[in-house]
Amino acid sequence: MNRQSAAKPWLLSAPALTLFLALLLTPLVMTFVLSFNSFNFYGGIKNTHDFGNYLDVLSDSFFYEIFARTFLIALATTVVCVILGVPEAYIMFRMKPFWRSTLFLVILGPLLISVVVRTLGWQILLGNKGLINSGLMNIGLISRPFRMMYSSPGVVIAMTHVMIPFMILAVWASLQRQDPATEQAAESLGAGPLTVFFRVVLPQVIPGILSGSLLVFSMSASAFATPAIIGGRRLKVASTTVYDEFMGTLNWPLGAAIAVILLVSVLIIMLAWNRLMERRYSGAFG
Amino acid sequence: MRRNGLAALLFSTLFVVFMIAPLVVVIGVSFTSTGYLEFPPSEPGLRWFRAILTNPDFIDAALLSLELGVTSATIATVLAVPAALAIGREKFPGRDVLQSLFLSPLMVPTVVLGVGFLRFLTLISMNGTLIGLALCHAVVIFPFILRLSLAAIVGLDQSVEKAAVSLGASSLTVFRRITLPLIMPGVCGGWILAFITSFDELTVSIFIINPSTTTLPVKLFNHITQTTDPLVTSVSTAMILFTVCIMLFVNWLYGLDRLLIGEGSR
Amino acid sequence: MALLELKNLTKRFGDVLAVSDFTLSVEQGEFVSLLGPSGCGKTTTLQMIAGFETPTSGAIILNGRNLEDVPARKRGLGIVFQSYALFPHMTVEQNVGFGLEMRGVAPAERAGRVRKVLELVHLDGLANRYPRAMSGGQRQRVAVARALVIEPDLLLLDEPLSNLDAKLREEMQLELRRIQQEAGVTTVLVTHDQSEAMALSDRIAVMQAGELMQVGSPFEIYERPRSSFVSTFLGKTNTLAARLEQVTPEGSLLVCNGVTLKGPPANFLPGPVEVSLRPERVELTDADNAVVSGTVSERVFLGNQWLSKVNTPIGELLMTRRNRGSDEPKPGDTVHLAWSAEHLSILAADRSRLT
Repeated sequence: MNRQSAAKPWLLSAPALTLFLALLLTPLVMTFVLSFNSFNFYGGIKNTHDFGNYLDVLSDSFFYEIFARTFLIALATTVVCVILGVPEAYIMFRMKPFWRSTLFLVILGPLLISVVVRTLGWQILLGNKGLINSGLMNIGLISRPFRMMYSSPGVVIAMTHVMIPFMILAVWASLQRQDPATEQAAESLGAGPLTVFFRVVLPQVIPGILSGSLLVFSMSASAFATPAIIGGRRLKVASTTVYDEFMGTLNWPLGAAIAVILLVSVLIIMLAWNRLMERRYSGAFG
Repeated sequence: MRRNGLAALLFSTLFVVFMIAPLVVVIGVSFTSTGYLEFPPSEPGLRWFRAILTNPDFIDAALLSLELGVTSATIATVLAVPAALAIGREKFPGRDVLQSLFLSPLMVPTVVLGVGFLRFLTLISMNGTLIGLALCHAVVIFPFILRLSLAAIVGLDQSVEKAAVSLGASSLTVFRRITLPLIMPGVCGGWILAFITSFDELTVSIFIINPSTTTLPVKLFNHITQTTDPLVTSVSTAMILFTVCIMLFVNWLYGLDRLLIGEGSR
Repeated sequence: MALLELKNLTKRFGDVLAVSDFTLSVEQGEFVSLLGPSGCGKTTTLQMIAGFETPTSGAIILNGRNLEDVPARKRGLGIVFQSYALFPHMTVEQNVGFGLEMRGVAPAERAGRVRKVLELVHLDGLANRYPRAMSGGQRQRVAVARALVIEPDLLLLDEPLSNLDAKLREEMQLELRRIQQEAGVTTVLVTHDQSEAMALSDRIAVMQAGELMQVGSPFEIYERPRSSFVSTFLGKTNTLAARLEQVTPEGSLLVCNGVTLKGPPANFLPGPVEVSLRPERVELTDADNAVVSGTVSERVFLGNQWLSKVNTPIGELLMTRRNRGSDEPKPGDTVHLAWSAEHLSILAADRSRLT
């Protein structure tokens, strides 16, 4: 509006920008630099600059297995979240306001409860003598316990619980944006409930599903608490490996290299996904 | 609107069971008097709640987490509201870059943030200090406050501010008397969401705490991975109770859906 | 000297010319409307007067003072916004008192002036309500009171009635006129609603695509539009393409689709023109006195009047006739139509049709 307006936004964001330069960009750059240093048990961290750590990681099938497991668990979690979360969001959306807000509290409330607490619950449920196994054995469905603790399916179950509220929120947001009259229009033209869902509702909420999937996938790929508790020491994923390198073996440069690889692969997947979404949906949906 | 069918209601019921089962189990187990995790408890009692009181480590950790949550949420709010005003109101080159930067802690894996903070704080010898922890947490929770403040600012009818200007109010008066009171619910919602996020934060904290400054989630995590006594469940039950109280308060103040979706859904 | 003078006001947004070379003066106590379709530049003009937009060129002079370097908050204008822009967290009293507070008026005097202005807008007794607990019409009155209480030199109204339903809108039109005259405040109204502009204004300035098309009293503009845009924008009209054949001081002759029509004296050279004929000027007559004859194609009953469409050799003509309780020609009937020559308006062929 007037002359000093060019500097105004920068003055307003200067304090936050300072925090981000000091405590986000600097640490990330330092981690990047650290990943090129070397380490031995006696001398500690050496200020060298080579690709040694990256070569170590990329030439060892042990690490391949870890990254493959990380992304498979993330993918499986995402798929389960879509299959369960999308219908649930739609069912909630159609409920009367009272039930809708009650379910909202029950289903989304856990989002605000510590992941450690929620995972502890799953640890109790999934153990060999846990509630699920003893229940199934009591009714005679199985004779020996399923091994769910320290297994990938167990991690996926617990992680689904942690991530599914994000999927529901994303789908919810796009359900709110759709014109409710489109469903009524489809009904008036003779469509049954399933046809309405698959032909009218689902296409309109696909942008929400896609953005929810992206969020769930990237958060699952970098999740720490759930794989650490349910997966334990043996079933390692990328983030728990980084933790072990930093806090256990103290090989910070190697840990930093794994962290950088995790960061870069997550960012690449997110960018590719975004590009795909924009190309597919930029024109059709606002 | 059409009603949900029986199958839909059954699905929804099972879904609710799935969502609350782990919490119910944790709460149930915490009321055991035995020394192991069992559900339902065969001898109900408050033994493990009394154990919290004789375990000053957990109480210290909880107090530290509270202090950390309040400090970091306040730092982040004080920095985020002006930034949200700039991004939400002004059009300037670099605006989109700035917004992406401020939201980026949501996209960087927390474990990467954790090692970055560890490396940085170690080099400036601030590892394990409250202010170091609080500043790191402030970065992590910044996006939550920014998003809600932005939603409040963008949702504000600008002609209300113009009306105040036309009646003779200066920019400072407009902000103090009109803008701030009107975006306050959004800012408060953001503060609370940020506080809870900080209070529950594990992955970043576990890298940058030291034994004398252990937060509650880290303490709990270490206890879970090392031993299996019901003390962890009674501490968890206390945390659930605390969170539910905050949640009901937020739901009353602001609406949980608005808080979590992060946009004005009127 | 005029109270408000807009001199060659121009506003460009990038490549878009929102307001182009706009000149208008408003006298003390006058009620002037800026009327035009959305996007015609009327709101931009108001925003420039208010000080929320800076003109690209031109000047705004209020009471002989150029407002160029006066910021919005120092202009002392009363503004009623389209959304009312009431402060939702303040009571009516606090809303209305805000401007006085900014001027440092002492609380006791403030309370008195707020009470008086609330009486003027008939809101006495609601001083402690919050805006959300009020109806649309009441909020509107609060907004007017808040703008008037600072005793502005100029009151700006930005589409003030567009958020009200039709019945309330008519009521508020009369109210606004009464309040404006009781307060004696010079007023500029921006609207796209021609009936609102006609009901309220001393003068109307019709705008199209950033340009001022015509200024005059409502009657003048309705009866003597100078372009087909103005004639179609204010009320219903029949617009016919014709050729001006002959002009004399007594009258003119026009040819429209081979039919010769008598017209009023005109300031045009012979050539292609447009002719506007208001539907209420078309009358039924017998075959001998008819200007044209035709067949009724459609007929709509509007309560106080009938609206009919008649196919004639000079084109389709709209005709409105007062409902006298008697029979109206039905679709398919042959009718004979006439009008007096002075009721035709001869217009320059519309430039938007030429380009």
